[in-house]
Amino acid sequence: MGNKSKENIKHSSPNDKTPTSAGVIAVKVDDLTVAYNYKPVLWDIDLEIPEGVLMAIVGPNGAGKSTLIKAILGILKPIAGSVTIYDKPYDKQRQLVAYVPQKGSVDWDFPTIALDVVMMGTYGSLGWIKRPGQKEKKAALEALEKVGMLAFKNRQISQLSGGQQQRIFLARALVQNAAIYFMDEPFQGVDATTEIAIINILKELRKAGKTVIVVHHDLQTVPEYFDWVTFLNVKKIATGPVKDIFNDDNLTKTYGINYQVSIQE
Amino acid sequence: MSNAQLEIQLIAGLVAVACAIPGTFLVLRKMAMISDAISHSILPGIVVGFFITQDLNSPLLILLAALTGIITVVLVEYIQKTGLVKEDTAIGLVFPALFSIGVILIAKNANDVHLDIDAVLLGELAFAPFDRLIIGGTDVGPKSLWVVGTILLITITLLFLFFKELKVSTFDKGLAASLGFSPAVIHYGLMSVSSVTTVGAFDAVGAILVVALMIAPAAAAYLLTTNLKKMLALAISFGIFSAIFGYWVAHWLDASIAGSITTVLGLVFLLVYLFAPSKGIIAVMYREKQQRTEVSLLTFLLHLKNHDEVEERHVNHLYEHINWQKVRAKTVLDLAQKNNMIHIDNQVVSLTEKGDEFTSKAIDYIITNEDAQIEDMKDDFFLFRG
Repeated sequence: MGNKSKENIKHSSPNDKTPTSAGVIAVKVDDLTVAYNYKPVLWDIDLEIPEGVLMAIVGPNGAGKSTLIKAILGILKPIAGSVTIYDKPYDKQRQLVAYVPQKGSVDWDFPTIALDVVMMGTYGSLGWIKRPGQKEKKAALEALEKVGMLAFKNRQISQLSGGQQQRIFLARALVQNAAIYFMDEPFQGVDATTEIAIINILKELRKAGKTVIVVHHDLQTVPEYFDWVTFLNVKKIATGPVKDIFNDDNLTKTYGINYQVSIQE
Repeated sequence: MSNAQLEIQLIAGLVAVACAIPGTFLVLRKMAMISDAISHSILPGIVVGFFITQDLNSPLLILLAALTGIITVVLVEYIQKTGLVKEDTAIGLVFPALFSIGVILIAKNANDVHLDIDAVLLGELAFAPFDRLIIGGTDVGPKSLWVVGTILLITITLLFLFFKELKVSTFDKGLAASLGFSPAVIHYGLMSVSSVTTVGAFDAVGAILVVALMIAPAAAAYLLTTNLKKMLALAISFGIFSAIFGYWVAHWLDASIAGSITTVLGLVFLLVYLFAPSKGIIAVMYREKQQRTEVSLLTFLLHLKNHDEVEERHVNHLYEHINWQKVRAKTVLDLAQKNNMIHIDNQVVSLTEKGDEFTSKAIDYIITNEDAQIEDMKDDFFLFRG
């Protein structure tokens, strides 16, 4: 497919060493370039995500935030670069990763119930052909309980509110019992209660040593919710601890306008 | 009932089941039109296969024709991927091109080929019992029965083995990919099954009607259930019913079997479309009417809650204050009274305790959009069912 453009991409990584804690690197992205119809939407991304952080990916619309996640998960094929999860390619590490797509990416009129959607999270560990059984059902029920949706387990998914649908997606990721969680705008179109419920679960995951990576839109809540942040706008602008790099300078570089909102309370 | 009649119904029934299974997934994937494209563009494959094998039921012919079906899907996707035309345009470009090649091939060789356009479009179910499969001198039944039966067996086996994969990739392609179930593999698997089934059914019901057998039962089933397995079962049942009943309609009217089957399919869908309990058009209209009344009721209760003045709550002036017609005001008043939400003293309306509580809760819900507290109200009132 993209053979000729592959040669045009220069592997020039200016040694902008990512600030990392002393710990293990959970996700490492090297020189990643992704293009739609040969127009790059992500350009030469280098990124190291340390284990155990709760990280926001922020950037304007069209910055390639969702694309970055999809490329890491192998859903989109990059035209250059590589991704490793704990030093191995994603294909070998699937079991360690859970993914929550944007709520709007699926058809909620699909004929199924909440419990069944959560059970889908167990399909990865089952592999091809094998059917989910009692063990998987139990895990799904526990996940539903965790997100406060047990009472809705038999509800048709189109009959759930936006916040409830998002919780179902979260439960589906929890059931995978992964080490790394990728979430694409989990707070979009949810009510305040759901937002709090979700962030509490994410913080719990971090406490349990998991790495959580979230595409996030609401800049105001970044310091409150996250401890790590990546600024992205086709290129990577900055990545590191929120307390060190979440400042007007980086916001301006990312969003292109003189960013005036002060984030220090 | 003669043996031939029984065999025709059996073939029609098996074809219906074989079509309903991939059809269900095509409908859920919003790919109904691709079955139309496949059913037409397999024609050149069938013709070329027939030149080679001289046998409409040969497995080689079926594979060749199914391959043309896959080529259609690939071509449509390729043209669409260039970004120059949309998917429906791409479909509209590809299948007539392939179909017309088939038509020309038939016309050029009409003399020595036992194939004509009528049969291609409408099938020849009535003649199916005449082409027998003879093994070791014994007649084991019509050839097309064996062909369709084999295809159905393969389809059911694949469905049974890969149900979970089909479900997850149909519902959420991104998740399926991240879990390691390649959506492309499943997509082309489904396309292959659809193509093979179309070729197998083609001989019996023709290129146009095979589309109806794939889409109509699934579309009707979709309106009746919220469970994928039940949807499959219903689609299969509708397919079988239409095949058998359609056969007898053709028998009574002395008309085309394929045409009658499709007419029955259309009627089945129409009935479901009208009368399906929650998604049918009548149910939807009824629900909308109920919702309008309930919104009115709430407006009315809110008015009572906000106004202590007696003149604002007088029965005869209510409609003026809320600017309603008398009939509507009466309906709402009756509904509120029936639910013990208001009482009327000396022509003056007041909220009861229950009415007061209901109004507060409803307002709360509308403002906060939180579900928890009104779960128990949902059963009584449409308005809160989302």
